[in-house]
Amino acid sequence: MSKVPVTYKRTDMQSDQEVKWCPGCGDYTILASVQNFMAEMGISKEKIVFVSGIGCAARFPYYMNTYGVHSIHGRAPAVATGVSVSNPDLSVWVVSGDGDSLSIGGNHLIHALRKNVNIKILMFNNQIYGLTKGQYSPTSEEGKKTKSSPFGSVEMPLNPMSLAIGAEASFVARSIDMDRDLTAGILEEAKNHKGSAFVEIYQNCNVFNDKAFEQLTNKETKVANRINLVHGEKTVFGEDGHKAVVIRNGIAQIVDTKDVDESEIYVHNIHEENPSIAFSLSRLSHGPYGPTPLGVFRKVQRDTFTEEVHGQIDMAKEQKGEGELDKLIRSLGTWDVS
Amino acid sequence: MEMENKTVESIPAITIRFAGDSGDGMQLVGTRFTDTSAIFGNDLATLPAFPAEIRAPQGTIAGVSSFQVQIADFDILTPGDNPDVLVAMNPAALKAHLHDLAPNGMLILNEDAFEEKNITKAGYKVDPRESGELDGYRVFGVPMEKLTKEALEEFDLPGRAVLRSKNMIALGLISWTFNRPLEDTENWINDKFSKLPDIAKANIKALKTGYNFGITVEAFHHTYVVEKASLPPGEYTNINGNIGLSWGLIAAAKKADLDLFYGSYPITPASDILHELSKHKNFNVITFQAEDEIAAAAASVGASFTGKLAVTGTSGPGLALKSETISLALSAELPLVIVNVQRGGPSTGLPTKPEQSDLMFALYGRHGESPLPVVAAKSPSHAFYAAYEAARIALKYMTPVILLSDNYVATGSEPWNLPNIKELNNLETNIITKLNTEDGFLPFLRNVDTFARPWALPGTPGLEYRVGGLEKEEGTGNVSYDAANHQYMTDMRAWKISNIANDIDKLEIHGDESADTLVLGWGSTYGGITQAVNRLNEKGVKVASAHFVHLNPFPDNTLEVISKFKQVIVPELNTGQLLKLVREAFLVDARGINKVSGETFTAQELTDKIEEIINE
Repeated sequence: MSKVPVTYKRTDMQSDQEVKWCPGCGDYTILASVQNFMAEMGISKEKIVFVSGIGCAARFPYYMNTYGVHSIHGRAPAVATGVSVSNPDLSVWVVSGDGDSLSIGGNHLIHALRKNVNIKILMFNNQIYGLTKGQYSPTSEEGKKTKSSPFGSVEMPLNPMSLAIGAEASFVARSIDMDRDLTAGILEEAKNHKGSAFVEIYQNCNVFNDKAFEQLTNKETKVANRINLVHGEKTVFGEDGHKAVVIRNGIAQIVDTKDVDESEIYVHNIHEENPSIAFSLSRLSHGPYGPTPLGVFRKVQRDTFTEEVHGQIDMAKEQKGEGELDKLIRSLGTWDVS
Repeated sequence: MEMENKTVESIPAITIRFAGDSGDGMQLVGTRFTDTSAIFGNDLATLPAFPAEIRAPQGTIAGVSSFQVQIADFDILTPGDNPDVLVAMNPAALKAHLHDLAPNGMLILNEDAFEEKNITKAGYKVDPRESGELDGYRVFGVPMEKLTKEALEEFDLPGRAVLRSKNMIALGLISWTFNRPLEDTENWINDKFSKLPDIAKANIKALKTGYNFGITVEAFHHTYVVEKASLPPGEYTNINGNIGLSWGLIAAAKKADLDLFYGSYPITPASDILHELSKHKNFNVITFQAEDEIAAAAASVGASFTGKLAVTGTSGPGLALKSETISLALSAELPLVIVNVQRGGPSTGLPTKPEQSDLMFALYGRHGESPLPVVAAKSPSHAFYAAYEAARIALKYMTPVILLSDNYVATGSEPWNLPNIKELNNLETNIITKLNTEDGFLPFLRNVDTFARPWALPGTPGLEYRVGGLEKEEGTGNVSYDAANHQYMTDMRAWKISNIANDIDKLEIHGDESADTLVLGWGSTYGGITQAVNRLNEKGVKVASAHFVHLNPFPDNTLEVISKFKQVIVPELNTGQLLKLVREAFLVDARGINKVSGETFTAQELTDKIEEIINE
């Protein structure tokens, strides 16, 4: 077999399947970002596996010229866990949506994060059910009128960043479909992260929930509403940085920059072991309304499930030697009948 | 050992049941007696029974745990019908089990537990020892608690720890009565309590005290010996179904040159498979205790995608949760073994009792047209081979396979004549490492003999492919909504499974082949059915039996076998599931013998019922 180049063109990453999302869907932009990133990430494509559940986003693996599993609703993190722990050499990516990850698959998401399985979870959040044609999702805002909530949703939405941090995630980040550079940067950080990575990508559903993220994309409003989290940098935003984030009594707050001493402005540290500040940052917005943090919230190192499982196997082999069937079936004691 | 004027009677077989509070250590006493008898060379079979609650209220019927063992000097197939000996550690144990004791059976009572409080708690109005209801049994009252306290006086142990050793009195006494040496149990105790030498010494003292009580007390004037059984020559171990099944999976992985992945969520009575496999990581076994039943199955599908022998294990309620994931494996045509250790249902049902009521669910419990092979273990020692067979089919045919066991097979034990590992067949896989056409890789281009698709594993350059639950185009595997293709793929998935009928052991006839009546069974009723047919044949009643290991597809000679007989009887621990399948598939007016009491058939019960039907 000839040596496979580890840098590709974007077209090398495209499968021969026609992409069938609705014209104008944010998924196209994300697909392009991911394909561009994958082409240059330096991993042979036979070692890449995409795993998805059900939903619009879940068609993603069909469009990647890598290995892929389009599994069942909500179960992608569990399937991906099986893939990752079975073959630690693989680069395993989960593509999911807000319904898939946070509703039907909530249990698998939190446990994959808690266990720090070496998988990268990209959750496209469009705050709506697209594939089933427009019901409210667990991230839809209260009062959201949809086909299944004609009088408005009466449910409190989940905050995916808060959930992931609460579930002991070691890598938590948020991007937005239109911002390819931000997405590429986060993907790079996620790829380099040892363990599970949870990346929420705000994604516009132009058919059922158009302009949900407009405050963060519209030229007029985005400067005022995007809080860019950059490791090692002071967290200021808005026109000429006139707004800043400070941490008071452990709680993140937005203040006018001019009102505080410069030393009080929060300098973002993704490696902070204590998750409280990252959690507090996640509470600055509850959905893309008003100033909303984007970027890497948290990136801390701890042992991965994948490594630990194989560590125990290696240890068992060291202590007991390679398993022998002849010994195994005699391990409870035997007697002879002649 | 001194015999002190006592008579020793040789008997061919004996069935002993130990019963007490679930904290009384009855399972341990039973297991120790069993192991000693196994090493001695008896044939044997065991039946543990315990409440679903870990520690139900002391002294109540709900909290009674029991262990039955039959030992014999000949080849036996069941743990015995009615016990000849009942050891009852308290009134509740007596109440729960007395009705099973054989007439004139030996009844050993822990006298110290028969105080008014316990007698009332068990639901007796008067002391059963005085009411006359024990007439017709040979009753031996033994002050087990008093003996334990006296024997352990020299040890500085708290009162509770002292009384915990009273099960050793019972074991010692039974060892005396049945002429079993204590050495093996002494070694076991020393090993188990190697870090607590005082506890070890105390238990051994209690064991010997029970033994010596038998020697010195006049009442035990008679002891028994069950001679070695004339089993086929070989090397034996005493195996239960859960361990046998676990080892079968490890062996299958090894013989397929794959690693084993076992995904499971703890559930009675399947958890011991997870425990057993977790011990054997040095066989490159990955055990994954998942967050739920669905994740256990889903992770196994992921493992299968990467080239593991993937197995997910559960019991009935868990199989319900795995159903959608099994359909994914079926549609993606990935190998997967799903173990279902059946228990009484529906819902939480009877978690610690056997039932065969998931057969229809195994065959049909999925959405869509989704046939898959079903294999059933028929005895504790057969569980090894059933697991091996399920793995063989899954890997060769790229399909999920359901492997049925039940609580009776899982927790019961019997001697297993060990196989020669070298003689176990290697298992074929469909792993592919090169393109299968000049134009590229076709993930659904099938093997012309087995209809299996190739198994391309991530990490293999050039074979990158995507697979999922949407309908696939034959050959390319691309998503297809084409009408003719869906018809074709549905038919193909069914052909693939029914074709396996040509690649499995034929159905064998046991007993009198010239008989008019065939008893047809599956799974754990094997021992009871076979023994019943043997007994009837010995009596001169013409009857034969056949036992399914493969429930889907049936062996290709099934019709031929059934056609030889005028009458077919199907005993099952359900309300007639195989019965329906057989009637439908072979258009035969079969009759059922059905039971769903949480207990298995006794051989005598089947003997009587089969004879009754024959004589109608």
